[in-house]
Parts: sequence; C-alpha cells; structure tokens
Amino acid sequence: MARKSRSGNSALWPMKPSHALLVQGVAIAIGGFFILWFGHNAASHLARRGMQLDFGFLGSVAGFGMPFQILSFAPTDTYFMALVTAFANTLLVSALGIVTATILGFGLGVMRLSGNWLLETVSSAIIELVRNTPQLLQIVFWYVGVLQLLPLARESLSIGGFAYLNIRGLFLPAPIGGAWSSVLLIVFFLSFALVPLLRRWLPVEPRRSSVFWLLPLALLAALVVSLKGWSMPALKGFNFSGGMVLPPELVALWAGLSLYSAAFIAEIVRASVEAISRGQVEAARSLGLKPWLTLRLVILPQALRLMIPQITNQYLNLIKSSSLGAAIAYPEIVQIFAGTVLNQSGRAIEVMVIVMGVFLVINLAASAALARLNERVALKER
Amino acid sequence: MTEKIRRWIHTNLFSSPLMGLLTVFTIVVLAVVLPALFRWAFLDAVFVGSSRAVCGGGACWAFIADRLDQFIYGRYAPAERWRVNLAGLVLLAFTALAIWPRNPFRVLCVALLVTLCPAIVGVLMVGGVFGLAFVPTDQWGGLSLNIILTFATVAISLPLGVLLALGRRSGLPVIRWACTIFIEVLRGVPLLTVLFMAMVMLPMFLPEGITFDRLLRAIVGLSLFVSAYFAEIIRGGLQGVPRGQYEAAAAIGLGFWGAHRQVVLPQAFRLVVPGIVNTVIDLFKDTTLVSIIGLFDLLGIVGQSLKDPNWLGLGREGYAFAALVFFVCCYAMSLFSQSVERRIKSARH
Repeated sequence: MARKSRSGNSALWPMKPSHALLVQGVAIAIGGFFILWFGHNAASHLARRGMQLDFGFLGSVAGFGMPFQILSFAPTDTYFMALVTAFANTLLVSALGIVTATILGFGLGVMRLSGNWLLETVSSAIIELVRNTPQLLQIVFWYVGVLQLLPLARESLSIGGFAYLNIRGLFLPAPIGGAWSSVLLIVFFLSFALVPLLRRWLPVEPRRSSVFWLLPLALLAALVVSLKGWSMPALKGFNFSGGMVLPPELVALWAGLSLYSAAFIAEIVRASVEAISRGQVEAARSLGLKPWLTLRLVILPQALRLMIPQITNQYLNLIKSSSLGAAIAYPEIVQIFAGTVLNQSGRAIEVMVIVMGVFLVINLAASAALARLNERVALKER
Repeated sequence: MTEKIRRWIHTNLFSSPLMGLLTVFTIVVLAVVLPALFRWAFLDAVFVGSSRAVCGGGACWAFIADRLDQFIYGRYAPAERWRVNLAGLVLLAFTALAIWPRNPFRVLCVALLVTLCPAIVGVLMVGGVFGLAFVPTDQWGGLSLNIILTFATVAISLPLGVLLALGRRSGLPVIRWACTIFIEVLRGVPLLTVLFMAMVMLPMFLPEGITFDRLLRAIVGLSLFVSAYFAEIIRGGLQGVPRGQYEAAAAIGLGFWGAHRQVVLPQAFRLVVPGIVNTVIDLFKDTTLVSIIGLFDLLGIVGQSLKDPNWLGLGREGYAFAALVFFVCCYAMSLFSQSVERRIKSARH
C-alpha cells in the first residue's frame, strides 16, 4: 500500500525508457548547472575577501562570553566549544519545554473533555487565544511585557518562600550533591531505558510488570537521600546568593514554547479521544468498568495510538521553535552561531551549514526514535 | 423553566463532587483574574494622550492610538498611504471572489488571485510607474507588511508546492529523490534558519553586483520553506483521490498532465483546502519572524516603538494590541477553514 502510493500512479502513464533517461538527464543538467553557478559565484565572492570554504575557524578562540550556559564556557574557548555549549542550551530549553508542554497540554485537553461547561469554556478560550497568535509574539510578550517589568531583587515576588522571581530571573533552591549523587543521577536516567528491557526479559505476567517502574522511583528516593542538603537563594545586598538562577530569557522562552505547544497538544488529545467510537465506551461501561478504568483500559490505549505521531510532530516543532530564542537573546544555537559567530568570523556559508545541519540531525534522530515508539504502540492493536 | 436551568447546572457544572470542587475553584480564580484584567484594560486605562505621563496604573492605550498609523503602514510615506489601503481592498476583493462558494468562475478567480492580483498590488505598493511615486521597500512595514508577505509567499509557494508534490510521486528516481530531499530538509530545519540563509547566503550565490532587495530575500526564504509544507499537504490530497479516478482519466486517453489538471488536482485540492488554510494561518503568524532579520513588520515596529523615550515600558500594551490584531485575523481564517471542512464532510456523506 505504502509502496504503491509512494511511486504514485506512474504505471498508468508509462514512459519510454529513453524518454525517462532524457528527462532525468536534463533535470540533472539543469540542477548541476545551478549548483555549479552558485558555487562559482560563492567562490568568487570569497576570493574577493581572501577567504575560502574552510571549517578550520571552529578551532580558533571565540572571544565572547555567554550570558548563560549549562556547560562551562569561557571567552578563551574555541568556536567549537561555543557550538557545543549553545547546542546544550538548545537541548535544555527544548527538554524543559517538552515536559511542561505535555503536562499542560494533557491538562487543557482533559479540561475540554471533562463535560464541565465552565472548565471546557476556560480551556477552549485559552487554547484559541494561544493558537491564533504568533509564537514569537508570545515569547517576546513574556520577556518584554512580563519578565522585564518584574520588580528589582529587593522587592522580589516570593513563591512559597523558597523560590523568588525578579527582573534578574527565577531563583530556585539548588541541590548540593553528596558522595553518590552523581552516580545515582546517571543510574536514575539509565533506569528508564532499563525498565522496558526488564519487562521484556523477565517472565512476569504483563499486567503486573508495571511493578518495575518502582525501580526509577526507588532510585529517585535514594538520590534525594544522598544529597547533602539544599542551597537556598537568599537576598544579600542587591542580589540573591545561593541556589540557582534561571535567567529571564530562559524563563520567557520556556513559557512561550510550553504554552504554544500545549495548546496544540490539547487539541490533539481532544480529537484523539473524540475519535474513539462511542460504542467502545458504552461497551466498557456495560461490562461494569468504572469511569477511571474505562479511561485507563479502553480509551487511553486506543487514543494514544492516534496521538503519538501527532504529538511527536509537536515535539519536533517545539525543538525547531527554540530557535526563536534568538529574538530575546537566549544563547541557543541560532543566536550564538547565526548571530554572534557569523558576525565575528564572516563565515556565512560554513555557519549556516552547521546550524541547519545540527537541526536536521536533531530532527532525524528524534523522528527515528519516535517512529520506533509509534511502531511499538501500533503493534498492540492486534 | 427553573427546573430546566437547575438540571443544566447539575449536569454541566456539578455532576460529581470532584467536578463541583473544580467548578468552585475555577469560579474563584476567574473572580480574581477577570475583574483585575477588566479594571486594567478599561476602567483605569487611558485612551488619549501624547506621552506616557498621561497614564496611571491602568493600560496606556494612548500609546497605541498615537502609533496606530505606524503599526498599520510602517514608515510608508503618509501622503501615499491611500495606495496601501487600495491594495488592501484589491486583495480583499479578489480573495472574497475566490472563496465565495457560489461563484461560478471560482477557479478563474483563484488563478487571478495568484497572478493578476499580486501584479496590481505590486504596482500600487512599489510605484514608479503610471505617475505613482516610488516607495522603496525598506519603508514598508507594520501590519500591511505581514499581509503582503503572506500573499506573496502563497502566490509563489502554492504552484511550487504542486510541482514538488507531483515530483515526489514521480516514477523517475532522480526527480523523486530531488523533491524528497528538498521537502525533508526544509521541513527539518526552523524557518528562522531558512530566513537567515536567504539573508546572508542568497547574495553570495548570485554574481557580483547583483543586489537583492531585503524584502524579496525574505519572500524567497518564506516561499521555499512554505512550499515544502504545501507539497506534503497536496501530496496527501493526491493520495486521497481514489485510484479509479486516475485509471478512468488514463482510460479516456488523457495524458499525465491533462489527467492531473482536469481530473486529479481539482479533486485533490478540494480535499486539502482546510490543510492549506491552516498552513496559511501558520504562515501569517510566522511572518513575524522577519522582525528578527531586521524588517519592521507589526511585531518589529511595536518593538521599535517601545524604545521611544515618550513611551518607555509599555511592552504589555504594545504586544497585547499586536496579539489582538493577529488573533482576529487568524481566528477568522480558522473559522473559514472549519466551515470548509464541514462542507467537505457533508458533501461526502
């Protein structure tokens, strides 16, 4: 089926082999001509500036600092390190955004399905407002219209007495790692990959295998116990010390990415659940399943299968949209590379190839991983 | 009557203890948020004035009123702004004819919308002929720029998208692979990087001395990007046309192009109108990205106006206004798309 549709209906209009060769030859000639012509023009532009296509500039000293990074980066590091650092910043905001967008999106979606008129109205008002305004506008609004109008450090807004919000960003308590904390953290992340493997290998009845999810939970508990303590943000003079700070650029971009994707995810959740025929729900209810079990055993498994490819798309969109951080100077890959590095080094072609290449690789990797997940969910159908 | 109301309240607000709790909680939140918002936006707001000084604790809509012309026309010469209005009317008239369901010449109108209409609008906006004064594109801006970018991009990328979709389904491997790679690469990278590429790389790929207008570069970038999305939507439509239609067209002796033009594409297009409108909505929202590469669209000009010493710190008002404008336009388009979707569904059953 897929095979047939990929090759279209060309069999209906067969082409003489000689014609097919001729047409493709002409296509290659035209394409090749343009590529050569563009290449020639680019080479002469570069030659006039005494440059040539060369990725060696990645090894030279960057000479600029980043306002925020999760890896360590100093102005004396190379452009390559700047690329790695900016890439990590892109991944950070994307990961944060994906988590909150999923939670918010399912929340809004469930609100719309709740059967409660008030919740439905509030939820659809939020969804329509978010979906019908530009994402860039929302990000800039959070940054300029909200975070930059926050009070100074002395009049910070306190969130429950342990987090503080002011014009310099969001100040959060930071964990102080004990002897085993970093090891436990790594094992904790690995355990998510381990659980599906254990479920496959160990001969346990499938319905009871969710017990294995206690493993990451136990690791998380051990991780919390292993901590030496928490460093709390405290006002000292004109600024906070201790804890950790999320700069306003990160918070604004995070908020903008999460809310926008959440609105689309909510619509996907609603449409997928509504696509399940009423008969399924009625059959489950007449079997005596309680609403919660109907949801968990009948609706969700079927709706999830419809949702996953679409939500995957939203995740990929979110990763791509993290480039909008360039508008508010969040040091992600477009801002640092297509902005700062391009201006400093003048290496337009190399820089753009790197930036687009990075996004292509992220996209291909993510869609391959999620395609496999999708396959697994789809297989359960039979 | 009261019984009816009571039952409605019971089923829609208090169907279970949990629902009742959530309803009460939502009412409390709304009771806090909405009056405060209303007071800020209307009661305490100031609507007229020439500087920030006139504003108190509420919204400072005087800023919007003062800058409204710029938000719509950018830096387009004030004496020539009637041309922008006329161009807008022309666009509106052609669009209305093209989407009016009972128009007997609808196909012709759609064709004119992507050919004659851009020509008229281009002459009106650029000028330099028929006694119209020349207005360089760096003076264009505001909402009119967003609208022009959207229309120009659709006019270029819709035909390109059809060709790419047909190319991706072609039996010729070279053409199929070229189209597939083009589509997948453009769908795999953010629009912003495509715009940057159009800005910095396009001039390098052309011979020395050929300078390329900045606005035109943005349109090229947007068109390449959007054509990949159109291509995938149209390909979906082509796959949705039953195989029997292709076979019937071939059986009555139509060639590949004839069959597609007269039989397949009209049916495919009917299927994908909602998808195309949704892409146009996304495109209209995404035209705001040109503000990052230095064009002054609505978002860009609002950002620039915020730096005016007379109106410092009015980000909330400026962006709330821009959001309202975009919301009205996009919501209207999405209502149209939904009505088309309903019509397609009812036509099928």
